Amino acid sequence: MTFMAKPKITHPEMPRNALGLTRRDYEGVNSTLCAGCGHDSITAAIVEACWLDALLPQDVVKLSGIGCSSKTTAYFVSGGHGFNSVHGRMPSIATGANAANRKLTYIGVSGDGDTLSIGLGQFCHAIRRNLNMVYVIENNGVYGLTKGQFSASADIGSTAKKGEVNNQPPIDPVQLAITLGVSFVARSFSGDKGQLVPLLQAAMHHQGFSLIDVISPCVTFNDHEGSTRSYAYTREHYEEMVHTDFVPPAREIAADYAPGEALAVSMHDGSRVLLRKVDAQYDATDRAVALQTIQQRLKQGEYLTGLLYIGSDQPELHQLNATPDLPLNQVPYAKLNPGPQALAQTLAKFR
Amino acid sequence: MPVAKTQDRVNDFVVRIATVNGTGSASANGLLMKAIFRSGVPVVGKNYFPSNIQGLPTWYEIRVTRDAHRARAGHTDIMVALNAETYARDLAEVASGGYFIYDSTWPRAALLMRDDVTVIGVPLARLCNDNFPGVRTRILMKNICYAGVLAALCNLDLEIIRALLAETYSKKPKLLDANMKAIQLGYDYAREHFSCPLPLHVEKMDATAGHIIIDGNTAAALGCVYAGATVGAWYPITPSTSLMDAYKGFCEKLRIDPATGRRNYIMIQAEDELASIGMVLGAAWNGTRAFTATSGPGLSLMQEFLGLAYYAEVPAVVFNIQRVGPSTGMPTRTQQGDLHSAAYASHGDTRQVCLYPANPEECFEFAVKAFDLTERLQTPVLVLSDLDIGMNDWMCPEFEWDDSYQPDRGKMLDAEQLAKIDRFWRYYDHDNDGIPQRTLPGVHPKGAYFTRGSGHSQYGAYTEDSKEYQVVVDRLRKKWLTAARLLPKSVVERSDVKTEIGIVSLGSGDAAVREARGRLAAQGIHTDYLRVRGFPFSDDVEPFLQSHRINFVVEQNRDAQLRSLLIMETGVEKSRLRSILHYNGMPIPASYVYDGVAAVITPEQPKAQLVG
Repeated sequence: MTFMAKPKITHPEMPRNALGLTRRDYEGVNSTLCAGCGHDSITAAIVEACWLDALLPQDVVKLSGIGCSSKTTAYFVSGGHGFNSVHGRMPSIATGANAANRKLTYIGVSGDGDTLSIGLGQFCHAIRRNLNMVYVIENNGVYGLTKGQFSASADIGSTAKKGEVNNQPPIDPVQLAITLGVSFVARSFSGDKGQLVPLLQAAMHHQGFSLIDVISPCVTFNDHEGSTRSYAYTREHYEEMVHTDFVPPAREIAADYAPGEALAVSMHDGSRVLLRKVDAQYDATDRAVALQTIQQRLKQGEYLTGLLYIGSDQPELHQLNATPDLPLNQVPYAKLNPGPQALAQTLAKFR
Repeated sequence: MPVAKTQDRVNDFVVRIATVNGTGSASANGLLMKAIFRSGVPVVGKNYFPSNIQGLPTWYEIRVTRDAHRARAGHTDIMVALNAETYARDLAEVASGGYFIYDSTWPRAALLMRDDVTVIGVPLARLCNDNFPGVRTRILMKNICYAGVLAALCNLDLEIIRALLAETYSKKPKLLDANMKAIQLGYDYAREHFSCPLPLHVEKMDATAGHIIIDGNTAAALGCVYAGATVGAWYPITPSTSLMDAYKGFCEKLRIDPATGRRNYIMIQAEDELASIGMVLGAAWNGTRAFTATSGPGLSLMQEFLGLAYYAEVPAVVFNIQRVGPSTGMPTRTQQGDLHSAAYASHGDTRQVCLYPANPEECFEFAVKAFDLTERLQTPVLVLSDLDIGMNDWMCPEFEWDDSYQPDRGKMLDAEQLAKIDRFWRYYDHDNDGIPQRTLPGVHPKGAYFTRGSGHSQYGAYTEDSKEYQVVVDRLRKKWLTAARLLPKSVVERSDVKTEIGIVSLGSGDAAVREARGRLAAQGIHTDYLRVRGFPFSDDVEPFLQSHRINFVVEQNRDAQLRSLLIMETGVEKSRLRSILHYNGMPIPASYVYDGVAAVITPEQPKAQLVG
């Protein structure tokens, strides 16, 4: 498959965002994934979120590893730089890129193999550093590009296309991330764009590591009976725990909510995330409650979705390192060069 | 190699100090080394230490060298034996006519078994036990006390020692007094009981002005600061760690914004070397000068990413401080064993630009050059130092900085340039030098492109088309030829006498070769010398090899890695290249090179049949 340019046809009446750009301006090249792939829906949600947020396309940096999911960074925001790195190592590229320029929006797209097997170490450490990025896992429980092996997120008892039964326990990125101290974690479903788009917007505004685990069925290798990542199974077993609305900076919260029904969490840039609790017992700002509830419901075979945990005031990489507000890649050399006199002074103690 | 007679050895001898690591002997050794250096006499310091924190044998070797040689001599004249466990081998190590100093608090008659070595017993422990309170202090002071003994035996100036101690303990006057007391105890005991100085001793000279004593890792770190590097990512590994430590130390002094207190640099301790190189690539891709420091095992882990960087054309500077392999090997010993794994790092048709510094001053110079080259060439640059250069104390001419230096950012298009062009093609060769243009994220809408390690066309698009693929890899080959022109040329030194014998070396082998050449010439064996400084090889390498009937290739690994690179990358026939290999983990001494050449070549008539 070689590169196919996508013709850019814009209807004159297409809606435009604050920058005067249409959704078309946030698209990428044509997807080469299988028809019906959940990943394409996620791509569409990312396009929508970036358009709604009126991001300058050139300020978006797209990062990925290897696998079907990682290909998708070419399918959105072609006006932004992309880096399709090596298998499981996207977090380190993202860390370096973010270290160099803290002002851009970093969107990483990974899969369950890329994150939970080969890339588990880097994933954990990016969380630990609270790297300021959006990290989307397109989670289908299966290795698609190599034709249908189980991934580390496959549930016990789920079957492969040819009937083989998985007997190893899954690694759940959401629970793992919560225990590692993640500052923002959500779960969603590729088939629920209404839920996914505001989650992505909130994630882009969150200062720190924002993980969104998106169940994204593989139509070719994992959409059969016996799979716990099929469209049918996911629709039956997922439950929205916390509904999230994203409220951009300087916009009023439109609707009225009864006390206890909604919680507004402020982001560092003045935007807010409005959490509408579907379950009154749930508290998305309490790590222990979140973890316990997710575990309990998983035992019952239910995937809780929505913004499951959000922490505030956790310092991110640059705050931890006291770097300047000016991105390091823009600090002029004159400021970095200590000059010949400082060299002589420095070398004096080596005499 | 012939060794000069004892009476000719003023300012020309080797002291070796055998101790147990973790007992504080490093400061005494540094003190002795600096005291000789400040007497105007050139010195070489080599530390042989275990991969351990406390309790194992360790040696420090100080070569006093009036001729300013920089290699190991390959023998020991004065052994200061403070580790009873190694007495036997330490005694065996002493050259004929030498001295063996030990702690005679516990006399050892067995040590008197060598007729050709003078054994000097000094009751160091008793002296210190009588004069200092507390076990820890006594152990520490014993190690300073021997410096006093050596000061008397080797004629060191106590005032210089006092000045050095005063600098070290400027904020701890009590420690200064205690240390000076220990020095005096040893000094007085030696003067009282032995005829001082020994024939092997120091006389003041004026041969160290304008020089410093520094190790290569510190020098490289300083180079990174001056090159404007702002991102350092690494995973700790001996013997590279001190490079990152030094970078941090310099940055804390030189890179904090005085107005805001913010740091104009970031150091990230990665979870492993796979991550550290990834961070460097991400940061360099995004326009900072970024680097990592590692050693053999780390380089092995970085291979996949280095292949991506080669193919996707991402800059990165990697300092590989080589140690003994294979595998974990001997982490605290030196070798040049990574020449191959660096040159062709990663699978497929990859080849990596390498620089081979030979000493700390070149570590400083090449660190700056590496950042310019990696941005100019848009490919990783691997600086291959080693433990000997990186961690040992070298006397170097003081580094200088040309303040007119501006970083070479290569073909990086800014917003203004992007605005002027119609379309930007990331992998297109505009100038026929094999180097494309690059852009940074966030600069201009026209600059966006997709970086990938999968097949791509010269326009930056994904491809599985044979022709499109080949256009890019053929251009990379062209870029390689450009690299050969931009890398530092070899250092060539020709004999005054016309000769058909050449010596080729690289990196830390340089010092031994230089010294050996002088000795060989004195015996009537004349050689020309070429030191390779980069890979791809500069265009002076092949003609040199072709113009000598026999080229001795001196390197510090078992498998003649430089020799095979020369065979693979030049047209020279194998038979012209003859190896001298030293790979026991110790720095190669001059005598080894001398012996290797002299065994084959006789001064009167070079042995014609021995070629090959």
